[in-house]
Amino acid sequence: MNLIFENSVPGRKCDLVPPCDVPVCEMPQGLRRAAAPRLPELSETDISRHYTKLAERTYGVNNGFYPLGSCTMKYNPRINEEMAALPGFTGVHPLQPEHTVQGCLEVMALAEKYLCEITGMDEMTFQPAAGAHGELTGVLLIKQYHKARGDHKRTKIIVPDSAHGTNPATAVMAGFTCVNVPSNPEGGIDLDKLREAVGEDTAGLMLTNPNTLGIFDKNILEITKIIREAGGLSYYDGANLNAIMGEVRPGDMGFDVVHLNLHKTFSTPHGGGGPGSGAVGCKAILAPYLPKPHPVRDGDTLHLTMEGYPDSIGRMKAFYGNFLTVVRALTYVLTLGKEGIPEASHNAVLNANYLKHELEDTYDIHTKGHCMHEFIITLDKMHKENGVTATDIAKAMLDEGIHPPTMYFPLIVPEDLMVEPTETESKTTLDEVVRIMKKIHAMALEDPAHMHELPVNTVIRRPDEVKAAREPVIRYSFDK
Amino acid sequence: MGSYVPSNQAERQAMLQSLGVSSVKELYDAIPPEVLLNRELNIPEGKAEMAVRDQMEALAAKNVVFPSVFRGAGAYRHYIPSIAKYIPAKEEFLTSYTPYQAEISQGVLQAIFEFQTDMCELMGMPVANASVYDGSTAAAEAAAMCRERKRQKTLISATAQPDTIQVVRTYCEAANAELVVVPAKDGRTDKDALRQLLDDTTASFYVQQPNYYGLLEDCEELGQIVHEKGAKYIMGCNPIALGMLKTPGECGADVATAEGQPLGMPLSFGGPYLGIMTCTEKMMRKMPGRIVGQTVDAAGERCFVLTLQAREQHIRREKASSNICSNQALCALTATVYLAAMGPGGLAEVASQCYSKAHYAAQQISAIPGFELQYQGEYFHEFVTGCPVCPEKLMAELEKHGILGGLPLEGGQILWCVTERNSKEEIDTLVQILKEVAAQ
Amino acid sequence: MNIPKNLLYTKTHEWVEEDGDTMKVGLTEHATEQLGDLVFINLPEVGDSVEAEGEFGDVESVKAVSDVLSPATGEVTAVNETALDSPEAVNADPYGVWLAQIGNITAKRELLSPEEYEKLLEEEA
Repeated sequence: MNLIFENSVPGRKCDLVPPCDVPVCEMPQGLRRAAAPRLPELSETDISRHYTKLAERTYGVNNGFYPLGSCTMKYNPRINEEMAALPGFTGVHPLQPEHTVQGCLEVMALAEKYLCEITGMDEMTFQPAAGAHGELTGVLLIKQYHKARGDHKRTKIIVPDSAHGTNPATAVMAGFTCVNVPSNPEGGIDLDKLREAVGEDTAGLMLTNPNTLGIFDKNILEITKIIREAGGLSYYDGANLNAIMGEVRPGDMGFDVVHLNLHKTFSTPHGGGGPGSGAVGCKAILAPYLPKPHPVRDGDTLHLTMEGYPDSIGRMKAFYGNFLTVVRALTYVLTLGKEGIPEASHNAVLNANYLKHELEDTYDIHTKGHCMHEFIITLDKMHKENGVTATDIAKAMLDEGIHPPTMYFPLIVPEDLMVEPTETESKTTLDEVVRIMKKIHAMALEDPAHMHELPVNTVIRRPDEVKAAREPVIRYSFDK
Repeated sequence: MGSYVPSNQAERQAMLQSLGVSSVKELYDAIPPEVLLNRELNIPEGKAEMAVRDQMEALAAKNVVFPSVFRGAGAYRHYIPSIAKYIPAKEEFLTSYTPYQAEISQGVLQAIFEFQTDMCELMGMPVANASVYDGSTAAAEAAAMCRERKRQKTLISATAQPDTIQVVRTYCEAANAELVVVPAKDGRTDKDALRQLLDDTTASFYVQQPNYYGLLEDCEELGQIVHEKGAKYIMGCNPIALGMLKTPGECGADVATAEGQPLGMPLSFGGPYLGIMTCTEKMMRKMPGRIVGQTVDAAGERCFVLTLQAREQHIRREKASSNICSNQALCALTATVYLAAMGPGGLAEVASQCYSKAHYAAQQISAIPGFELQYQGEYFHEFVTGCPVCPEKLMAELEKHGILGGLPLEGGQILWCVTERNSKEEIDTLVQILKEVAAQ
Repeated sequence: MNIPKNLLYTKTHEWVEEDGDTMKVGLTEHATEQLGDLVFINLPEVGDSVEAEGEFGDVESVKAVSDVLSPATGEVTAVNETALDSPEAVNADPYGVWLAQIGNITAKRELLSPEEYEKLLEEEA
């Protein structure tokens, strides 16, 4: 289909801004750009039709099953969107006087209170705009903690080999070196290897629990104890929190700092890649280092303190973070409440176990025993026997109108698919998915060569990614 | 109360039964009992949608939304076309993930490709990414991508927005890299100081255009000074100003960033906003974040994919230059629709009205005793005046009239902002009140 | 698997051609097969000093990136523009398209004979 620039017709426009009602003032020629940007010229109908077509070529949670492991693609309630669009929130300038933004500060204070209770933390910042940004914030808190104590030899962050790629990248961005610790066969941390790895140079550990294989690491108290006794702190990657809310809290597992993905666990939409929010909660020992400013209650009034945190790591983002995302998350927590939050986790775990159980007779499931909210399928055997890869299975799912699971992650399992159904899928949907997955499996055994040709029912066939990377074309060319 | 769990009790029971367990608690058998919470969460009971709506609306009602806004300083109130609100609210755009599965994500991918093209056009640069968190983190990422083994020091002008300086500082300190603030002189970057601070360990210099005080920096000359010392030149721009202003490309920038909020995003108490990043072709593989590229599918048709992924954290892990793995796709879409609705003529008109109205307001305001302009020279849509009374008192008086006045600065001056959204009548009312306050 | 007899090899799948005081470095056929279609090659500049077993560049495929390690301590005396301009040439002819040449060599890393390299591949398989 056309790019918007290819639909442009000179002279078409939308009438949006009334004529200037003050004398027009001309900027001196020497300061002006040589030529206007080549933006498209379109009527509102043209724009509406173009983007409606693009929306039709996009698959969202509203379209169907979306079992992307580690991404928690749960339903995004529409009430969240409406509350985030209230003019009382959208019309507020970030630098208004405090007494005129009490509603905004109240939203942040309430969200902080409830999310701290859910995670077992003492204070929270909403400055980080995404999970990776939250990781950086959290690891910098750890760095500042050691620095404030004059402990300058702690230069290493321990990360298990099953970790999300962001963990090691974050550690390095925060000026640490990264120590990889191997996993045991259950995907948990190898305790002996961890004991060997820790020492006087250990700043901390970054861990996801349940881990990326969908298993709760039963040694968690021992793990955080080993870190604590070595003088380090433990960081909880909240990617998989959706499994355990109301059952067990990172704060009670011995973690000192945690980031949440409000766009995963707390139902704010992913928006095709963002905006999200990577809220960071911490124990009281780390609170003095939180990014500033931070809302603080004084009687009935909330203040945004700028001076109260002299040891703060500084600022992570202009203003106070993705505020409207926090509005959505608060709306969600208020809706679910003390019963609904654990219920969401319970059903996420129930759905994952049910789907895993129903597929066990057909697919090789790497995750043994009860899983948490996600599990791993491996196509290793099929790949070796008849050449069908995890990608091929994923592409076959596209033809069936469902989104594939996360592919080739974690890296420690070959040809894997990571399946996270979430709690917002019904048994009816799961049964239908099982039927489709079995059909695909049968097709893969019957005609492996055909699998490499899929998908055939989507608006495009497999794209040539090598060409895209070898000869990058990353913008439209007007000159052709 | 709801949890958005669709399965009813009978269905849940049936699932438990096929698993051979009697309760969902049995599925948590891997968790050691001593770590379990074993109590209710201490948060309120869940509420029906209607009750939640009432509570949230009451919170929103506790804020003051000013009908008349003369404050900018990094967040700008512009007119937002209706279509720029409705398109990004489409459920497919709203609820999709990062477009890893290109075959069913062509819509998002193409929208990002269009965004990248718009940003290249606006900034006069050949390469753009799919966006980062906001303008301040874009500046910090730009500084990081310019650092090399032997050039680790970043310079930033004191005339940049203070939050931006602070965020760049946090990121530099994180990487154990030095940051030096280049002092200002008469509201603009002190060129002599810049010359003296540049050396062969300097990786880059960041300047904001227009700067925090609304003034236009001499960006071409700054670029020449920086390049003479072999450092990279980063410009942080206001995208509306680029409707008329010389582009970073024309000024010789190696990396150009912007806070994209003025392109259709509401003020929203500071976020979500949009970080724009563009660069030269030479810097392309050092740029962090997602990039969408054009290619062909198995049938030879044009299509779009995420590309140059080997730069990114999920492949490079500890060798990646940034840990960023998302973009502000929905905000980027908003900006793309905004620019389509405005078109080249509309954007130029908005820029021209900002410029004209700010100059009209500045003339009127600076004629009042005590409210003189603090700096000489060219400015875009913000300017600094003196203030003959206590700024808090002035702001309180303006608030009574539904006006959010300019931002009081540390020295007691006021930083005013005027956009196309402020009518002549509003400006005249503001001026009248200022006259009365000054006369008291 | 093609393992030319006139070359030496590293444990990290680079080949080395010694020519008097200089060495040419490339990727083995095994390395290119593991990486898949190369899309970008990052090399040092002429005049840069490199260390034996130190990273001296990297090669990218669509979904992977791999460091190239230097076989010797010395100075880069030439880089192959063909490899930089068309990475696919390396896939097509891994032993024909070298990446860089190192001179002023002061130390070498452990190099394997073709037989030893063949054995290494067997062990890794």
